[in-house]
Amino acid sequence: MDLAREVQQLRLEKAKLEAELQSFRESASSATVSESCSLRDPTFCPATWLSGGQHYLDREMINRYSRQLLVPAFGVQGQLNLLKSSILVVGAGGLGSSAALYLAAAGIGCLGIVDHDNVELNNLHRQIIHSESSIGNSKVNSAATACNALFCYRINSMLKVVKHEVQLTANNSVDLINQYDVIVDATDNVPTRYLISDTCVALGKPLVSGAALGMDGQLTVYNFNGGPCYRCLFPVPPPQGACQRCSDSGVLGVVPGIIGAFQALEAIKIASGVGDPLSKRMLILDGFSTSIRVVKLRNRNPDCSVCRDGSQITEREIQELNYESFTGSSLSDKSPKPLSVLPDSQRITAKEYFDYLKEGHPHLLLDVREAHQYAISALPCSLNVPLAKLEDRLPEIKAAAQESQIIVLCRRGNDSQLAVKYLRENGKTEAVDIIGGLESWARDVDPRFPIY
Amino acid sequence: MGTDSVESNDTVHLNLEFGGGLEILFGSIKCHSVDIPLNSGSEKLKMEHLLVWVRDNLLQERPEFFMKEKSVRPGVLVLINDCDWELCERLNATLENNDTVVFISTLHGG
Ligand SMILES: [Zn+2]
Repeated sequence: MDLAREVQQLRLEKAKLEAELQSFRESASSATVSESCSLRDPTFCPATWLSGGQHYLDREMINRYSRQLLVPAFGVQGQLNLLKSSILVVGAGGLGSSAALYLAAAGIGCLGIVDHDNVELNNLHRQIIHSESSIGNSKVNSAATACNALFCYRINSMLKVVKHEVQLTANNSVDLINQYDVIVDATDNVPTRYLISDTCVALGKPLVSGAALGMDGQLTVYNFNGGPCYRCLFPVPPPQGACQRCSDSGVLGVVPGIIGAFQALEAIKIASGVGDPLSKRMLILDGFSTSIRVVKLRNRNPDCSVCRDGSQITEREIQELNYESFTGSSLSDKSPKPLSVLPDSQRITAKEYFDYLKEGHPHLLLDVREAHQYAISALPCSLNVPLAKLEDRLPEIKAAAQESQIIVLCRRGNDSQLAVKYLRENGKTEAVDIIGGLESWARDVDPRFPIY
Repeated sequence: MGTDSVESNDTVHLNLEFGGGLEILFGSIKCHSVDIPLNSGSEKLKMEHLLVWVRDNLLQERPEFFMKEKSVRPGVLVLINDCDWELCERLNATLENNDTVVFISTLHGG
């Protein structure tokens, strides 16, 4: 009995020593663990890490993604699927910043990033993938650098980042999107949204679509598992002027960050085959009251002009479509086309106004921006009456101006024209506006004036 | 306001919400709790009637950014109790007491 126990004890000690020796040899040699470790007798193998499966995750990958591998629903298979996937993020702005970073960190195989813009200072509050040192440089380069930094000590990075420093157009969308498994729409304008959705229908790609403005966000997955495409929901584009832009209406930085993170989640789920993607449903975030509702959307429209069964839009048809004229807006979120409501005789330049000031002419400077914009920066001695309040406050304006001239000002010289037109129709026939508004003032007269 | 008023036979009590920037047309107020009078002779409130009522009673500016012809303008999603109205007969949908109707403008910013 005692002898038997002693033999058993010695066997265990021998096994332990053999294991240590094995481990020592392993770290001393440059050969990989899988080659040096014999599996013939698994109980004596120091590292039983390979005993569970035939996957190719190496020790570093297992360590890096361990907290993800531990999620039962995701696990090794989810990670392996992800590592084989390629995902295209269109737009390296507020949505694309968090989407791209999370996708890169999560361990996808290939990340494509499309953008044609450069980084500006007023991007940084929300486009967290960029930093001050990137201002003036391309967003794609900046974003790719940030994603690659996650793997900067690897000689052979597990992530391939592909930079597409172009504007997505009807001419290149098919070639670009065709290279990827899942598409993330992180753009900021209506025509590009139609273009991406149509291309995804033509190529059969799932599309993760997100949007954010102010403190609101929206998220859904199009063209997935028989679900609707963008045109099934919105066959007709919205009227011009109904769409607000970040550069006009503002956006709280964290809101696109949240939606972009949600986009990464949906893209990861689709690429790894795990979970229920947000198809035929839409998530609506109200950041102001912190409420999220997930609503049930319509099915694919059997009469949809783009995705209807048997006659889906073709690559060629996409190239022949003019998305800008279809939606009446531009493929980028740049400043709108300047209005031209007034004849030149009813307008003055910022420099002319400066001379007018120096000469001491009596006048009323009327600033017709919204009050919260006026609070950001304004010229001294101006009266703020927002365009929408002009009618109600006309007596006040007339009292302030008395017989002197009214000079109208706004941010860019569009609303000021509408205000002059109204004032002239209502008795103030001398009113003029300043061409280009405060932006011209800052550019041509006072470079220290803060513009936004 | 007691809940008793909800029981009235000639009005339907609804919770209306406007979002995605559409609330700007409604004095920047997102949630409206309203009692909609039924048309004389009709027993049910239809979406078509509600839209007209909203336009005439709640809307403060630019009706073309809310409605187009008899329906909502393109780019507005209508949700009846968190369900796309496309799944429940759109303009012909019948509304019940305490239903929630959400009008949401699609966002494009990013
Ligand atoms: Zn469709």
